[in-house]
Amino acid sequence: MIDTRSLFGLDISEGIRKGDFKANEIYSFYYDRIKRICSGLNCFVEAYGEGLNCEGRSSLEGVPVAIKDNICIKGKRITCASKILSSHIAVYDATVVERLKKSGLVIIGTTNMDEFAFGSSTENSCYGPAKNPWDNTRVVGGSSGGSAAAVAARIVPFALGSDTGGSIRQPASLCGVVGFKPTYGRVSRFGLIAFSSSLDQIGPITTNFTDCANLLNIISGYDECDSTSVSLEVPDFTKSLQDNVEGLRVGVPKEYFGEGLDLEVREAINKVIALLKNKKAEIVDISLPTTEYAVATYYIIASSEASSNLQRFDGIKYGIRAESNGLKELYFKTRKEGFGEETKRRVLLGTYSLSSGYYDAYYMKALKVRRLIKNDFDSVFKKVDVILTPTSPTTAFKIGEKSDPLSMYLSDIYTISTNLAGLPAVSFPCGFSKENLPIGCQIIGKEFDESTLIRVGYSYQQDTDFHKKMPKE
Amino acid sequence: MVNKQNVEHVSNLARIEIEEEKKEFFAAQLSKIINYIDKLKEIDVRGVEPMRGLHIKENVFRKDKVKESIYNEDILKNAPLSQDGYFKIPKVID
Repeated sequence: MIDTRSLFGLDISEGIRKGDFKANEIYSFYYDRIKRICSGLNCFVEAYGEGLNCEGRSSLEGVPVAIKDNICIKGKRITCASKILSSHIAVYDATVVERLKKSGLVIIGTTNMDEFAFGSSTENSCYGPAKNPWDNTRVVGGSSGGSAAAVAARIVPFALGSDTGGSIRQPASLCGVVGFKPTYGRVSRFGLIAFSSSLDQIGPITTNFTDCANLLNIISGYDECDSTSVSLEVPDFTKSLQDNVEGLRVGVPKEYFGEGLDLEVREAINKVIALLKNKKAEIVDISLPTTEYAVATYYIIASSEASSNLQRFDGIKYGIRAESNGLKELYFKTRKEGFGEETKRRVLLGTYSLSSGYYDAYYMKALKVRRLIKNDFDSVFKKVDVILTPTSPTTAFKIGEKSDPLSMYLSDIYTISTNLAGLPAVSFPCGFSKENLPIGCQIIGKEFDESTLIRVGYSYQQDTDFHKKMPKE
Repeated sequence: MVNKQNVEHVSNLARIEIEEEKKEFFAAQLSKIINYIDKLKEIDVRGVEPMRGLHIKENVFRKDKVKESIYNEDILKNAPLSQDGYFKIPKVID
């Protein structure tokens, strides 16, 4: 039996082309892993007995890929881990799925997530929480937690997730993998079930930057079906797989190293800074003073947009329909039965911020503060090329530990600002705690400068092997 | 401060039934969240343009071209109830 756990997706694809292994052998290997290992981790929603193979060719052809359960795959169930969509079948392919198929990747199944991507732990799923492969009593982060856990446990070589306030990067950090959120507008969201349309972005979750760059090449680019996608030429991201950070100006914002940051996380980040300095990067102390307002701003904007986007789940067009007397009661009962508690909370919060009498004080205020947050980044990026921060203030917390919604919201404190500003950012593993839990480092880049993030991450991974560590089975 | 009446009002606007015994629960949680959000009152935003999105420079148009589309039957397969090519809903007018 083959074992390709330690191989990059790129090597697997090359092995298939050279005849070292057969594509169906690779598929069976990973499908078997989903069946054997995933049952304990609960990171998949559905695995396809036969992969959705396509004829395309690329550097990653033949390699299985998992998709977060909020991205449409034609003819397959898509549920957003919500009871309200439990029987929904996608009627078209998301643009990213179409691009993966055209590049010959093999879609192997869908991954667990927080319902409608509302959460930071993958506990808010109608399928129950996913479990962290490094410690099954701990969360995987969220909301793309199933994708991150599956990649960390080498159940799949890589996966797609979506990131609205950190939903790719925070689970990547808590599971010890590379999670990349591209610039808003870089990747089409057509076929992504909308959470917060001015913030959502799709991105890859991989073990390493080589696969990350190759996947970004495939999924990036203008799409006329998403009017927010930007028609800019997409660079070849594999050209940035260079071990060189000499002269790169790396900003370290003091606001990201304050109260609430675990000492072990801080020490691991300091080591990344020292390593980059040793490789002749220039470290610059910077300040992003609006950081402390990001979580409040985000929860107004994201919940407001979510309350609007989720109006479509009304029991008429798709999903479940509750027994009722009359149309109005049908709406109330369907949404009561179909939505989980966090979804109800977000919709109530969003509706509150948008309602008459509160609109100016909350929603409008948040839009203005969002501008100030963006301005902060704009002025800092005149002095530095990238910004380096921790991804999450702590390592993976215990399942059930954060029962208070606000404390859960605050776990996204370092990732949220970049969504508000629309910037690209990546989390990569940079150490392990005494309890053997992964620690993640975040690099934030200038608008549409994913290339530099890839170069920094690739350079870092040439000198370290945290990304090669695998959890025990 | 969000009270039970606010929860009733907002859940009515959002068309979500909240069980009687859950209203105080949501009111308390939303109060805590709103209390945190009220932090924004500290910031002076006079003269700041609201940021409604990113890269919004001009409206985006698509060519008005006939092309392959999604079929009604496929869409209606996902509907809880349909008839003769339409979504079917409960009677609205008596």
